[in-house]
Amino acid sequence: MTNPTTSFLKGQKHLNRRHNAEQRFQWMGRIAIALSLIFLAFMITSIIWQGKGAVSTTKVMLAFDLSAQMVDPENIKGASYEKIVKSALRSQFPNAKKRKQKKALYALVSSDAGFQLRDQILANPALLGAEQTLWVSASDDVDMLMKGHISRAGAQSDRRVNDDQIGWIDTLSDEDAIKRVFNIGFFTSGDSREPELAGILSALVGSALSLLVCFALSFPIGILAAIYLEEFAKKNRWSDLIEININNLAAVPSIVFGLLGLSIFLNVFGLPRSSPLVGGMVLALMTLPTIIIAARASLRAVPPSIREAALGMGASPVQTTFHHVAPLALPGFLTGTIVGMAQALGETAPLLMIGMVAFIVDIPSSILEPATALPVQIFLWADSPERAFLEKTSAAIIVLLIFLVLMNIIAITLRKKYETRF
Amino acid sequence: MASEDITQENSFNITLGNRSKLMEHIVKLAMVLSALVAVAVTIGIVLSLMFEALEFFKKIPFSEFLFSIEWSPQTALRTDQVAAEGKFGVIPLFTGTLLISAIAMCVATPLGLASAVFLAEYASKRTRDWVKPMLEILAGIPTVVYGFFAALTVAPFIRMTGNNMGLEVSSESALAAGLVMGIMIIPLISSLSDDVINAVPQAMRDASLGMGATHSETVKKVILPATLPGIAGSLLLAASRAIGETMIVVMAAGLAANLTANPLEAVTTITAQIVALLTGDQEFDSAKTLSAFALGLMLFIVTLVLNYISLRIVKKYREQYD
Repeated sequence: MTNPTTSFLKGQKHLNRRHNAEQRFQWMGRIAIALSLIFLAFMITSIIWQGKGAVSTTKVMLAFDLSAQMVDPENIKGASYEKIVKSALRSQFPNAKKRKQKKALYALVSSDAGFQLRDQILANPALLGAEQTLWVSASDDVDMLMKGHISRAGAQSDRRVNDDQIGWIDTLSDEDAIKRVFNIGFFTSGDSREPELAGILSALVGSALSLLVCFALSFPIGILAAIYLEEFAKKNRWSDLIEININNLAAVPSIVFGLLGLSIFLNVFGLPRSSPLVGGMVLALMTLPTIIIAARASLRAVPPSIREAALGMGASPVQTTFHHVAPLALPGFLTGTIVGMAQALGETAPLLMIGMVAFIVDIPSSILEPATALPVQIFLWADSPERAFLEKTSAAIIVLLIFLVLMNIIAITLRKKYETRF
Repeated sequence: MASEDITQENSFNITLGNRSKLMEHIVKLAMVLSALVAVAVTIGIVLSLMFEALEFFKKIPFSEFLFSIEWSPQTALRTDQVAAEGKFGVIPLFTGTLLISAIAMCVATPLGLASAVFLAEYASKRTRDWVKPMLEILAGIPTVVYGFFAALTVAPFIRMTGNNMGLEVSSESALAAGLVMGIMIIPLISSLSDDVINAVPQAMRDASLGMGATHSETVKKVILPATLPGIAGSLLLAASRAIGETMIVVMAAGLAANLTANPLEAVTTITAQIVALLTGDQEFDSAKTLSAFALGLMLFIVTLVLNYISLRIVKKYREQYD
C-alpha cells in the first residue's frame, strides 16, 4: 500500500509545478505586451530626441557695408549681395588670407545669406547708406556644431568643420554675434538642397491637396457603395462578389495601387505626372475599402425599427435611407473616413510610383502642379547624407505624427460624442 | 378641410412623386456604380499588371524569369553599348522577401499571440481598454517612420553588436528590416487573434476549469486548439502584409540581390526592386521598366491567394460559434 502522506506530498509538488507554470504563462503575456510598448516608446522618444534640434536654427550677426557704392538705392535688387556678405566676413576676420581659408570663411554662412540680406533691405530701405549689423543664417555645419552634433575633438580631416572655422565661431559667440533662434523657415519654406533652408511647407501643401482629392472621391463613392450594399443590394452572387472584392482590396499591398496609378492614370489617361490629382486618386482607391467597411458597420448599427417607421409613414426606400438611416449613421461614416484619411496621409509607396518624389521647392498652387507629400519628403530627406537632414527628417516625422494623432483624436471624439445606443 | 385643398395637395404630391421617382433612379444608379468601383479597381489592377507583364514576357521568357537565379536589371542605354543584357531571375528576390518576412513573423508571432492571449484571457477590462489602443498605435504609424528607424537606429545598432561579437554584419542587414517589420505587424496578429479567442464560448472555458485545469492549461489545451484555424488565418494575413510591405525594405534592406539565408547579409525584396526600377526617369518599352510590372503581378497574386485563404478561414471560423 502506498503511504498516503508521500502521495499527498507528491500531489502537492505536482500542483505547485502547475501553479508555477500558470504564473510563467501569465508573465509571458505581460512581457510580450511590455516589449511591444517599450519598442514603441523607444522609437518615438528617439525620433523626438533627434528631431528636437530642428526647432531652432543658428543665425550669425555681421556688419555689412551698405554704402551707396555697394548698393545703389535706385536699384536695390541689382546689387551683388553675395559680394557684400563675403566682404563683411573678410573684414570681420582679416586673418583669413589663403584661398582655402577664405573659402572656409565663406562657408560659415548659408548660401542664402545674400538673399536674406536683400530681403531685409527691401523690407526696410532705411538701412541703406551706412554700415549695418544684421542677422543672416549660418550654414548647416555651423548649426550642427552649435547644437553639438559635430564634435570639436578628433583630427581636423575627420570633421566637417575645420580648426579655423571653430576659431571664428568661438570669436563670434564671444561677441554674442551668433545665436539660436526659432526655426520659422522650417514651416514656411519648401525643400532645399541646403539643409539649413529646407522646410516642409511644400510637402505639407502637397499632402493637403492630395488628401482633398482623396476625400472628394472616396467619401461619396465609399458612402454610396456602403449604403447600396447594406440597404439595397439583394444577397446574391453579385453582392458576394463585390463584398469579397472589397475585403481583398483592403489587404492588397499599397505599392500595387501605385502600379495601377502609373499604368492607368498616367499612361492611359495621360494625367500629369507627380501631381496631387493622381496622388489623391490613387490614395482614394486605397481608402475606399476602409470607408466602405466602416460605413457598413455603422449602417448595421441603426435599428430596423427606424426603417420600418419611415416606410410605414409612406417614405420611399431611398427617402427612408437618406432622410432617416444615413443621418443616424453619419458619425460612423465620418469616423471611418477620418481613419481612412489618416492612413492615406501616412502612405508613401504608391506616391513613389506615380512620381511624387520630385524635388519641389515651390509651394504647389493647384492639384495639377508637380508636388510631393510629407511622407515622401521624409523618405527623400532620410536618404540625404548631411547630418543636418537627419534632424529635419525626424522633425518632419514628428509633424506627420502630430497630424495623425490629431486626426485620430477627432475620430475618437466624434465616435464618443455621437455614439447612439439604440 | 376644403375639398379643393385636398386635390391641390394631392396633385402637388403626385408631381413631387414623379420627380422624386426620377431622383430615386439617379440615386440608385449612382449607388450601384459606386459599389462597382471596387470591382473595377480589382479588374484595373489585374488588367494593367497583366498587360505590362505580357510585354515583359515577350522580351524575357517566362521560364527565365521564374527559374533563373540572377537578378541584375541593368540594360544597355545605347544599342552600341557593350553592357550586360540584364538578368531577370526572380529567385533571389523571392528568397530575400521570404527571409525578411520570416524574420518578421518570428518576431511578431510569439509577441502577438502572447499579447492576444493575455488581453483576452487575463487582463482586466481597464487594462484591456488601455493596452489595446496602445498596441494599435503600432499599426497606425506610417511605414516610412519604421523605415527611417530601421535604417538609422536599428541597423547600425545590430551592426555594432555583431562586429563586437566578431561577426560580419552588412549595414543593410535583413535582420534589421525584419525585426522592425515584425514589430509593425504585432497588432495585426494580436487584434485578430484576440477576436477569435473572444469568440470561443464561455462554456468551453468553464468545462475545462471545472475539471480542475488551471487557466493556462485551459488556454493551451482547449482554447488555442479550438481557435487554431482562426489564428492561422491571422498569421497568413500578417504574412501577406509583410510580403507586400515596401517602405521598410526600401529604406533598410538595400538593393543587392543576394541568394542567401544569412540574416546578417543584405538582401533585396520584390517591393524594394519595384521602387528602384520605377523611380526616376524611365522609358516604357525597356525590359527593365516592364519587369517591375511582372514583379507587381507576382506580388499581387501571392498576396491575393494568402488574403483569400485567410479571410475565408477567419470568416468561417467566426460563424462557427455565432
